[in-house]
Amino acid sequence: MPTTTKKPDAATLDVELAGLDALDVPIAPAPSPGRRAWAVAWPKLAAVGIFFLLWQTVVWLHWKPSYILPGPIAVFKELWHEIQSGTILEAAGNTLQRAALGYGIALLIGSTVGMAVARSKVLRTAIGSMITGLQTMPTIAWFPLAIVLFGLRESAILFVVILGAAPAIANGIITGVDHIPPVLLRAGRVLGAQGLSTYRYVIIPACLPGYVAGLKQGWAFAWRSLLAGELLVIIAKKPSLGVRLSFTQQNNDYVAMLAAMVTIFVIGVVVDSVFFARFERAIRRRWGLVDSAS
Amino acid sequence: MTHAVDIRGVSKVYGPAGAHTFALDRISLDVDKGEFVCLVGASGCGKTTLLNLVAGLDRPGAGEIEVQGRPALLFQEAALFPWLTAEKNIGLALRLRKVSKKERAERVDELLHTVRLEGFGDRRPHELSGGMRQRVALARALAQETQVLLMDEPFGALDAITRDLLHDEIERVWTETGITVLFVTHNVREAVRLGDRVLVLSSRPGRVMAEFPIEIARPRRLESPEVAAVAAEVTERLRKEVRRHADDDEEA
Repeated sequence: MPTTTKKPDAATLDVELAGLDALDVPIAPAPSPGRRAWAVAWPKLAAVGIFFLLWQTVVWLHWKPSYILPGPIAVFKELWHEIQSGTILEAAGNTLQRAALGYGIALLIGSTVGMAVARSKVLRTAIGSMITGLQTMPTIAWFPLAIVLFGLRESAILFVVILGAAPAIANGIITGVDHIPPVLLRAGRVLGAQGLSTYRYVIIPACLPGYVAGLKQGWAFAWRSLLAGELLVIIAKKPSLGVRLSFTQQNNDYVAMLAAMVTIFVIGVVVDSVFFARFERAIRRRWGLVDSAS
Repeated sequence: MTHAVDIRGVSKVYGPAGAHTFALDRISLDVDKGEFVCLVGASGCGKTTLLNLVAGLDRPGAGEIEVQGRPALLFQEAALFPWLTAEKNIGLALRLRKVSKKERAERVDELLHTVRLEGFGDRRPHELSGGMRQRVALARALAQETQVLLMDEPFGALDAITRDLLHDEIERVWTETGITVLFVTHNVREAVRLGDRVLVLSSRPGRVMAEFPIEIARPRRLESPEVAAVAAEVTERLRKEVRRHADDDEEA
């Protein structure tokens, strides 16, 4: 049978491979950047719009007198005024500085402890469940001890911020390492990765999806603990968002109180979307975890 | 050493002492330099265990394994790193061998050409088809400059036409590079299509129980009557082995 023994020449194979490749590669037209930005922006804008509408409706219904629950317009006027005078910026600056410092230290501790626990059986048995225990402990419960240990000082706040964020970060990295497909570790070994190079080229990049989830959660814990701390540990002559919340409430300045709350919320959202959500999206896209149909 | 792979009386047990089972029991086989040897066997023949041992991912309980250089291993799933592009996946193999950056770029281009994937270097694994991923994995294995290529059912998850083309492709790469291939599969026709020799493994414990030198001229085709005839013989041998285990159940 000549057809079955015919030599398949190299050129034919190349053409066939190229043909199959062309058929196999999915063709999805990339949306224009403007369109994509709009697709991301409009649901957010709509949600914000609906929120303000609801808020304003409650004010219109006169459930509470407007000096107790002011409407969004009054609050934004106040906020604009505070931005111009610089009071809120100074307060937010101090708070953010603490957040950055506390989160930075938590990041270092959480990542180191997390990686060590993830890779060592003994350590995992010893402190693995303790980390989760720490994470479930309400951070506000640490403040009495923090104040006893550090006094009414910056370090008391930082102590609690670190205790809030570090376990979440450690747990994130542990989950990330646990979910690395074993075949990737084997592939790394076959390629000659060992010791440090295994971490650098295989384990660390492979655990990123879980790690980023932990970083995100860690930030949420840090920000929460920080504001709780600023409400409880008031440091003289150092304005902060927490101090503003507390003082405005005591002085019955509810417009300014709500302005501080809006600031706290906006910072939380902005930090998440600028750092974590973007990082997370980039990783999911790289790994092909985004459904192309959506 | 004239053999690229030399396996002498290798045993591997799993499970606790007393209740252990032999995955491999005093298995011996050798692969000549530049030879293409296929291992076929039913479930429980320890094919994957054997490749892991040869690849150095695991240690034998007894016996000796000698391999020429550091072998490369292709898995059933391509096992590409999802965070790296095709190019960087291949480049990583070079990087771990401390190849300079400039040389790396050249070598990656050559290898992409070898597997006919020029123009796909900047794609990530999820943007490639299963067959293309296996070709990237093949290029990555070749980047290890290895003399011995181990393949663990590498085409098992591919559709028929892709598998057919990849048979031609692996044969071409093997001819061009003169590399030694130890290829594990449960697909008898595939084994006969590709191998210089087909070794049939027994199951529980795994040992070489039959050897079929394949003398059909290359290039062969999967659907050719010669391949089908030899495959029928091999299959009959395998079925006999499977029948033997029917008694295991009755005893139990």
